[in-house]
Amino acid sequence: MGIISRGFGGRRRESVPGLPPGQYLTHDFPVLSAGPTPRIPLDRWSFTITTETGGKKSWNWSEFTALPHDDVTVDIHCVTKWSKLGTTWRGVSLDTLLADVETAADYTMVHSFGGYTTNVPLEDLLDGKAWIAYKFDGEDLEPEHGGPARMLVPHLYFWKSAKWVNGLEMINEDEPGFWEAAGYHIYGDPWLEQRYQGD
Amino acid sequence: MRELDGNAMAGDLREIFAFDVTVARYTCAGCGDGGAIAQLMLWGQEMGHVARCPHCEDVVMRLVHGPDRVYLDLRGAVRLELPLAGV
Amino acid sequence: MARAALSGRLTWRAGTLVEARPETPTARTLVLDVPDWPGHLPGQHVDVRLTAPDGYRAQRSYSIASAWQEGGKVELTIQRLDDGEVSPYLTDVLEVGDQIELRGPVGGWFVWREAQQHPVLLLAGGSGVVPLMAMVRARGIARAKQPFRMIYSARTPEDVLYREELPRHVRDDLGFDLFLNFTRKAPEGSPNPPKRIDVPTINTHGWPPDFTPDCYVCGPTTFVETAADILVALGHDPKRIRTERFGGTS
Repeated sequence: MGIISRGFGGRRRESVPGLPPGQYLTHDFPVLSAGPTPRIPLDRWSFTITTETGGKKSWNWSEFTALPHDDVTVDIHCVTKWSKLGTTWRGVSLDTLLADVETAADYTMVHSFGGYTTNVPLEDLLDGKAWIAYKFDGEDLEPEHGGPARMLVPHLYFWKSAKWVNGLEMINEDEPGFWEAAGYHIYGDPWLEQRYQGD
Repeated sequence: MRELDGNAMAGDLREIFAFDVTVARYTCAGCGDGGAIAQLMLWGQEMGHVARCPHCEDVVMRLVHGPDRVYLDLRGAVRLELPLAGV
Repeated sequence: MARAALSGRLTWRAGTLVEARPETPTARTLVLDVPDWPGHLPGQHVDVRLTAPDGYRAQRSYSIASAWQEGGKVELTIQRLDDGEVSPYLTDVLEVGDQIELRGPVGGWFVWREAQQHPVLLLAGGSGVVPLMAMVRARGIARAKQPFRMIYSARTPEDVLYREELPRHVRDDLGFDLFLNFTRKAPEGSPNPPKRIDVPTINTHGWPPDFTPDCYVCGPTTFVETAADILVALGHDPKRIRTERFGGTS
């Protein structure tokens, strides 16, 4: 059945050239949450990398924010079809965080406060492709948008950019995370429109 | 963020099941608490339904609506109890 | 009726707007003609789907406001949320003769069936009154004897839905009582100052737990949680309390 609702526009959106297939441009910043927003005091915050052999490397908030940071301007693409262009972030590159980590694993699982997980191949986190971001648009990252710190992997659909991130686990075999296990694509390349399993 | 409950999943569940799953009783895999599916706390509307236990907030059920199929993940429920119609 | 509503899988069907009634400055009731509608139980809802000319789709759930009668219409009362995507279209743009897609009726949990013999307590917060109104209307049509009490909490007198119809049910339906609570502004000369719903309100205007009423609570999450907690604290059996939370931003 295809009833077209005359005069129904839905959220303001525009289709512009240069976006990944099926995406619309948005100027606001929609908030998507799969659960309650955790409020993490900075003195309780930490980020831990765990290797496939059980080795651990952790940073508390002051150690983390003392690391060299990048200021990046990137386009982000949500699987619910909005894209936002030219977003500006400050964060620590995963190259920096992984510099002294010994691993032979090819895959990672990103972990968050609140239990969210998402899987990303290790090579997608390296060579300036991913950050743990803690400022958006010059301001501290709001809890609604994943603050104190979130993953930023802009070349994949934005559910891979886990909010409230607290850990990265090296894994030998790829495993689905929270949304991937529920039907979303295991990799999620917006340019190949890999939204759902089998796309 | 919208905060709804399992009642709002009734339509998407009735699209895939011939009976109303929201009246079923779940037992949460996380805390063992139970209740009607209708009473789960619903999150994540845009990407899919994420239904959490109102007692421990663990995810009991996830439903994702793709273009040509529906994915239903029930690993957060150790048990579902469904009333039989007309009994 | 219930059997028809429960058999088979559901698909989308077209509903045509045949009448629209303003309820408050920000809410209106849509009267929809839906061919082959199987009937519904009071408390059930429908999913509404809108498709924009470019194919963009949005879907929301709305409670059915009307009680079902053979040959009747499906009525939805829509509260406009200013930042909403669907509700402003339904309250301000949709015109008589226009069609929308509906899927339903759905939801078998938050319903009242005439066969339930217990007294009924309805607790409504804001537009959460809509499915409870369907129960009041169904009881009226069936001339059911189970006593009903409704406590309806609204922001101001101007926000009250079914403002003229509710007192008619109090007058005409034996055994239906209504208490209106206001959270922001009470009517002129009211002895009750504006306040959130609280223990004395429910204790005074609800049923004693000894009467083992079936309780239905519908409204925004904070209202539902407060009201349900009060009912349990007053000694009501949690198994007799059914709740439905309304979202805030559709």
